[in-house]
Amino acid sequence: MGEVGIGMARPAGAGIVDADVHCTVPSAAALFPYLADHWVEQIRQSGFSGASENAYPPGIPTSARPGSAPGDGRPAGSDLDVLRTQVLDVDGVEAAILNCAYAVDTIRNPDAASAIASAVNDWQLAEWLEVEPRLHGSLVVPSQIPELAVAEIERLGDDPRFVQVFLPARSAVPYGRRDFHKVLAAAVERDLVVSLQYGGFPGNPPTAVGWPSYHIEEYVGMASVMQSQLMNLIAEGVFDAFGDLRVSLVEGGFTWLPSFLWRFDKDWKGLRREVPWVRRPPSEYVHDHVRLTTAPLDLDTHRPEAFATLFAQVGGADVLMYASDHPHLHADTGDDWTSMLPEDARAPVLGDNARAFYRLNR
Amino acid sequence: MSIHVVARLDEVPPGTRKVVEVAGREIGVFNVDGELFAVRNRCPHMAGPLCEGYVSGAVSSTTPGEYHFDRVGEILRCPWHQWEFDMRTGQSWFDPARVRVRAYQARIASGASLVATDEAPATTTDAAPPAEGMVPGPYVAETYPVSVEHDYIVVDLLSR
Repeated sequence: MGEVGIGMARPAGAGIVDADVHCTVPSAAALFPYLADHWVEQIRQSGFSGASENAYPPGIPTSARPGSAPGDGRPAGSDLDVLRTQVLDVDGVEAAILNCAYAVDTIRNPDAASAIASAVNDWQLAEWLEVEPRLHGSLVVPSQIPELAVAEIERLGDDPRFVQVFLPARSAVPYGRRDFHKVLAAAVERDLVVSLQYGGFPGNPPTAVGWPSYHIEEYVGMASVMQSQLMNLIAEGVFDAFGDLRVSLVEGGFTWLPSFLWRFDKDWKGLRREVPWVRRPPSEYVHDHVRLTTAPLDLDTHRPEAFATLFAQVGGADVLMYASDHPHLHADTGDDWTSMLPEDARAPVLGDNARAFYRLNR
Repeated sequence: MSIHVVARLDEVPPGTRKVVEVAGREIGVFNVDGELFAVRNRCPHMAGPLCEGYVSGAVSSTTPGEYHFDRVGEILRCPWHQWEFDMRTGQSWFDPARVRVRAYQARIASGASLVATDEAPATTTDAAPPAEGMVPGPYVAETYPVSVEHDYIVVDLLSR
């Protein structure tokens, strides 16, 4: 390990795949080279400063690890060299999945949302993916308008530098519903993973019981949002309807999975008549179609026996993908938690699962 | 000694069921449009009274939004957790390889066939066992002595 700073103790070694690192669009102006003149003029004249919501408020300590901002006023996650020196080069990372949580879903003008999503993707291609071959990209799409999301997947989804479609975990309508199947189909057709990621600003509350008062509730509550999406995807039958569909759950934790799936399996046995297209126990669909990243790690890393129990219940060797989640900081400890991994699970979790899931060896 | 007379046929008309006790175990006898099924009244999950559950058909699908509903009357749901079982085989719907309830062969036999081979009416439990090795159950001797005139439901505990 190199100079990594607070909360950044991580595994190092050959063959590591980091399944979640972030890039941040530094400003609306950074997108100008990738926007039509019409939109540049609109943005200049209106003073639009970029998608206004931010899943990672810059002043919140979880949004940026110390030292992860470039130091020139740009936000954490906006500089490729910082990512290189803090993650890619230090850890010996073979490949990393790059995620850009640009809040296109907050832009209510559908044409603007579409144009800006395209610009973000072209920016990712030109300034990150083209420059750093270890990075594999995630397509930003106007997820609030399924037809336009499909159009963006059709535009760039065949480019091998993109390996998944980024969908904010919070949505106006859960992603398994019929009107969204066209988006799932477009991803599957191009062998892209569908990725549900921390964040989203659909206009409805971040909790199922209404608007909370504090950021901490949205932050902690994202695990329940992930559960709701996963539950819906399974109940709607998408994993049989699209047999090659792969879904990654990114930055939503994974420790909730065993109790959630136990309940879901149990009740599927008694209630499955309502959803007869769900032909197998929900846990089997998760095992075969879903992978989860390891950050945030919602466990006491000083209790290896508790970790071992939960890891076994999750089926961690099969479904977990290691992620640093740079530049975010989830109150990680200074220890390298991956030392708790069972010996035969190290290679799968630290690289093999992600390599296979994202077809990185093709 | 595995074949037991469990009920008179007219006690279990089509669309109904009757839970009987045979050789120390409770068995539900179901008449589905004249076809008879017998299932142990003990769910393999948590020993619930399976045969008191809702009787329905099989719901299946090949794609979201599509429903197939058939085999009406042949799928039994445990009243405790709604697990579904196929009356014909005893196999559960969701895990037929591992979760199954004991199902028995049930059929109709005439009274005449159940009595002694000399065609004398069976009037007591001491009657000689019939040639097929059937063991007369409680209804034959004690409730319906004029048994020869009726059809009976017989269950084979060793079948299936």
